[in-house]
Amino acid sequence: MPPDAAPRKTWSLQLKAGLAITGAIVLLGLLAPWIAPHPWDTISMRTRFLPPNPTYWLGTDEYGRDVLSRLLMGTRLSLAMGVSATAVSLAIGVPVGLAAGYFRGWVDEVLMRGADVLMAVPPIMLGLLVLAVTPPALWKTALAVGFVYIPQIARLARSVTLSLANEDFIQAARARAEGTGYILFREILPNAWPPLIVEASLRVTYAILLGSALSFLGLGAQPPSSDWGLMISEARSFLDRAPWIALAPGLAMCLLVIGINLLGDGARERLDPRLKSRAGAA
Amino acid sequence: MAAYVARRIVLIALVLLAVSILVFAITTLLPANVAYLILGPFAPPEQVRALELKLGLTDPVWQQYLRWASRFLSGDLGESMLMNRPIAPMLMEALGRSLVLTSVSFVLIAVIGVGLGVVAALRHGRPLDHGVSVATYLGIAVPEFFWAIVIIVIFAAWLGWLPASGYEPLSAGFRIWAQHLIAPTITLVFGHLAHVSRLTRSSMIEVMQSPYVTAARAKGLPERVVVLRHALRNALLPTITVLALDFGRLMGGIVVVETIFAYPGLGRLVVFSIQNRDIPTLQAAILVVAAIYAFANLVADLLYAWLNPKIRYGNAA
Repeated sequence: MPPDAAPRKTWSLQLKAGLAITGAIVLLGLLAPWIAPHPWDTISMRTRFLPPNPTYWLGTDEYGRDVLSRLLMGTRLSLAMGVSATAVSLAIGVPVGLAAGYFRGWVDEVLMRGADVLMAVPPIMLGLLVLAVTPPALWKTALAVGFVYIPQIARLARSVTLSLANEDFIQAARARAEGTGYILFREILPNAWPPLIVEASLRVTYAILLGSALSFLGLGAQPPSSDWGLMISEARSFLDRAPWIALAPGLAMCLLVIGINLLGDGARERLDPRLKSRAGAA
Repeated sequence: MAAYVARRIVLIALVLLAVSILVFAITTLLPANVAYLILGPFAPPEQVRALELKLGLTDPVWQQYLRWASRFLSGDLGESMLMNRPIAPMLMEALGRSLVLTSVSFVLIAVIGVGLGVVAALRHGRPLDHGVSVATYLGIAVPEFFWAIVIIVIFAAWLGWLPASGYEPLSAGFRIWAQHLIAPTITLVFGHLAHVSRLTRSSMIEVMQSPYVTAARAKGLPERVVVLRHALRNALLPTITVLALDFGRLMGGIVVVETIFAYPGLGRLVVFSIQNRDIPTLQAAILVVAAIYAFANLVADLLYAWLNPKIRYGNAA
């Protein structure tokens, strides 16, 4: 699509598709307890390993539980993982980045070298390490995932702050002898939000993927939870005779991640016209 | 340049030192007692106490760290708590297997990723281009363990072409050895293609519109020479950085992939040592991974500097 053909301020197809997919999944997750056709955790030995059929649309698992109902309930866990972990990264990463970018000098040096250290270990290993010495629980996994992604958020917040620090309105606030806290959170932060929000929306998908990988490895949600990563992990032993148990949560995760990515990319292009024209030229 | 390399290596050493403190701190300071973990919840307190004394857990934390770090530096990685074996040989064996897996995957990612990127760029805007984008996008949008399972379902459970999991040493025969490598390799490659192919595509498109490509065409050079000799060489510059970073990412990717395919490499060792509370093995394995990760980043930066004469170090950092 040539860039000049698109009128300004319309919603790109990407943004619409992302919004539709993500919105639908969020809605299904919110309504899960009311729309799930069967109880998600009732064990029924007579309905084990049923392939998809009119009663159980996505089949049943090794305990005779309805895969669709479990999937719907699991949607909430995945969304909660993505959002809460990202909230943790933002809550710590943003102040760190603001401080590093605003004070510069040794504060910047100390904080950013700290970020380097966290980034020196692959995210999944850092997550495993943090979770290794404590009994697993989903909220701990969310905290660990949030912790793992602090450096990326902090770096972005820092670079945005660096670019804002010499703007006139910041100089004016300094001239008015405003407090540092005021300048950071009332002057810089409101102007730094747009790129941070876009980055955060993409971070949500990283968090969902990492969280489900940790659950998959046994360091997240515990049975009988219907977390998607755990569902896939439990279904592993039955791949040859009941592949639908693993494929359903896998496809759901695929859809959710693609939806959020489209949303984030679409929002980024809308917020950053330079990127848009470049993408259009490419 | 030499000064820059030296400085970077010092920096890496410092980062690794900090990582070692971090690893040690997390594994010792968290509210879980190592002796308790080893002996289980029903051990009598005096037995826990005796083991704590034996392991030196009653010493101040900094002494424990120094003892651990100095032994680590002298090459003694300690003993695995679980298997009562020295960690170093076990770790090296696992590392070797993981390096085989990651190196094969890495080469394939480079070749296929660049190839797809070039093809997509030359057919830019046409169905083939969109097909490549969608396929590689699926590769990163979906977690590795899902692809692993799809591959197992199709190639092992359904078609029966590949073993579902496991590892055979090369001494068992090349065919058997290679067969066990295929499924984990496909999984890793598919999960990492998108970065390389996307970047190659966009820089190829940019380069193909540049004046010197027009000039090369105007000279009457065949299109193949224009694309391969003139355009690709320049377009590869950013790709190479991403490739080196991908090597680091692969070191993270092996955790899940090795676990699913029961491939006895470094990633599985990490998961195994966590599941069995084998903290010394865990500490050593994570440090080794961090070191590889750090050097992959260094190689990325150096390659970029070496290939791009526009970059001058010294005042830039």
